[in-house]
Amino acid sequence: MALASKKSPVRAGLSHLILIGFGLFFALPFYWLLTTALKTDDQIFRIPPVWIPSPAVWENFPRALTYVPFGRYTWNTLQICVLSVVGTVLSCALVAYSLAKVPWRGRNWVFYSLLATMILPGQVTMIPTFTIFKALGWIGTSLPLWVPSFFGSAFNIFLLRQFFLTIPAELSDAARIDGCSDATIFWRIVMPLSKPALATVGLFTFIGSWNDFLGPLLYLNDERAYTLSMGLQRFVSQHGAEWSLLMAASTVMTVPIIILFFFAQRTFIQGISTTGMK
Amino acid sequence: MSLTATRAARERARAARDNRTGLLFALPWLIGFAVFFAYPVLASLYYSLCSYDAIRPPRFVGLQNFQRLFFEDDLFWKSLGNTLYMVAFGLPVGLIAALAIALLLHQKLRGIAFYRTLFYLPSITPVVATSILWLWLLNPEIGLINVALAKLGISGPAWLTDPAWAKPALILMGLWGAGGGMVIYLAALQDIPESLYEAASLDGARGPTVLFRITLPMLTPVILFNLIMGLIGTFQYFTQAYVMTSGGPQDSTTFYALHLFNQAFLDFRMGYASAMAWVLFLITLACALLVFKTSARWVYYAGEER
Repeated sequence: MALASKKSPVRAGLSHLILIGFGLFFALPFYWLLTTALKTDDQIFRIPPVWIPSPAVWENFPRALTYVPFGRYTWNTLQICVLSVVGTVLSCALVAYSLAKVPWRGRNWVFYSLLATMILPGQVTMIPTFTIFKALGWIGTSLPLWVPSFFGSAFNIFLLRQFFLTIPAELSDAARIDGCSDATIFWRIVMPLSKPALATVGLFTFIGSWNDFLGPLLYLNDERAYTLSMGLQRFVSQHGAEWSLLMAASTVMTVPIIILFFFAQRTFIQGISTTGMK
Repeated sequence: MSLTATRAARERARAARDNRTGLLFALPWLIGFAVFFAYPVLASLYYSLCSYDAIRPPRFVGLQNFQRLFFEDDLFWKSLGNTLYMVAFGLPVGLIAALAIALLLHQKLRGIAFYRTLFYLPSITPVVATSILWLWLLNPEIGLINVALAKLGISGPAWLTDPAWAKPALILMGLWGAGGGMVIYLAALQDIPESLYEAASLDGARGPTVLFRITLPMLTPVILFNLIMGLIGTFQYFTQAYVMTSGGPQDSTTFYALHLFNQAFLDFRMGYASAMAWVLFLITLACALLVFKTSARWVYYAGEER
């Protein structure tokens, strides 16, 4: 923060000016998203553009949501998100515990296997994984989208391992002397102490699965099982010119993520500073 | 004697128990690794040497897929070129934008938290929603971008419908999501010790000197991190192209991952697509290694002997 410890009003004003200039590039698309959603077709195609929709057509929202069963898509998406979060947090914490707290023989091997999965592009495993799910008869169901999360993912395991290492060994040693098993230490000591890290993993998993497109594209061929991203993509390919409805639907998909961000801002920031490095 | 013997025995028992416990806790990953990684990798290697349509069993064809890939598939080269275009232009532009914004936001100013939030939000906006929004913003006739350019007296290009402008349009849209890299730079900026700046100001160093001699060198590990992650991500660029252009116009946005996807799941040439996937892996790996090799020269790790 040294750069700006003492700032004259002029320089502060200049800074604001620059930031507002850049800020417009970031803010205007959001404004345009929301206002287009509220416009009539006539207002949409007018030049010069209409900045404040009047009349504001709030009915576009219910129209967009009933045009395509977005309520159903939202429910489908939520289910996948919640199951993925539970699966990821639980499985990654277990594996991270074995890496951070148990001195066992296979540790290094697990470590290398984690690295290997991070280096290889998903495209390599995509096709055989697809054939596995096909053999299981899971194509068209949401199972391929959340079941794998119960088997850990490299990035999150690393993140949690890093956090578990900061928990003093004395705590678990003392518990062990008192006769606690590793299961108890994991569940009663390590997990409660790691809430911030677990929240970070859960949050990013939720957002990742809410935003995921390739997964649903590969596995959901039944319209009733569509997620929001899938439904939205089909919507644009079928009703490409219905801009107000498209913007309304896109708003509906975006707003929950933004609300989530505001509720969990601190978790986000902590997560970023831990995931960013090391 | 017997005392040390019992201790050794106890330690052995402890080690055996630890081995069991560790294995048990790591079990989800070990199963997942076998099923979702080890087997798929081996199968994919095999498929890449096969003709396979996911219905009939794979038929071994040797190196035919690779031969067709390199010598008969023009779209392979075109899609590789498109992807390398994004790596060569989109990636550095995005990295520099993220860094510039982070530097701008790293100051004490009233309302700075508001700006940070604003610049960050686009990066967590769902990709499909972002793509649809930008499809609208980039509309040649009535999109906001060209309307704004017209205000400045510039007649904007046809963006996504012009083969020459489609990729720049995607890069422009990518800038909107620069907040993802920005926050990582911001976190790193906050970790630079104050004492460095104090020492520099005592020595009479000013703005640009401080930036180039202290701030940027201290950021190089994070720049490397963002560069590698960006490299991997750019080589797999897919969703935006799938949603916005389906690879058009004239295949100008048929990126490698999109071509691969179409081969696998549109034409059901799964063996061919597997061969493509391995080539993608090798190219990504080569680029990543190249970056790591040069990184010794430009990445500065604090506390490291120089």
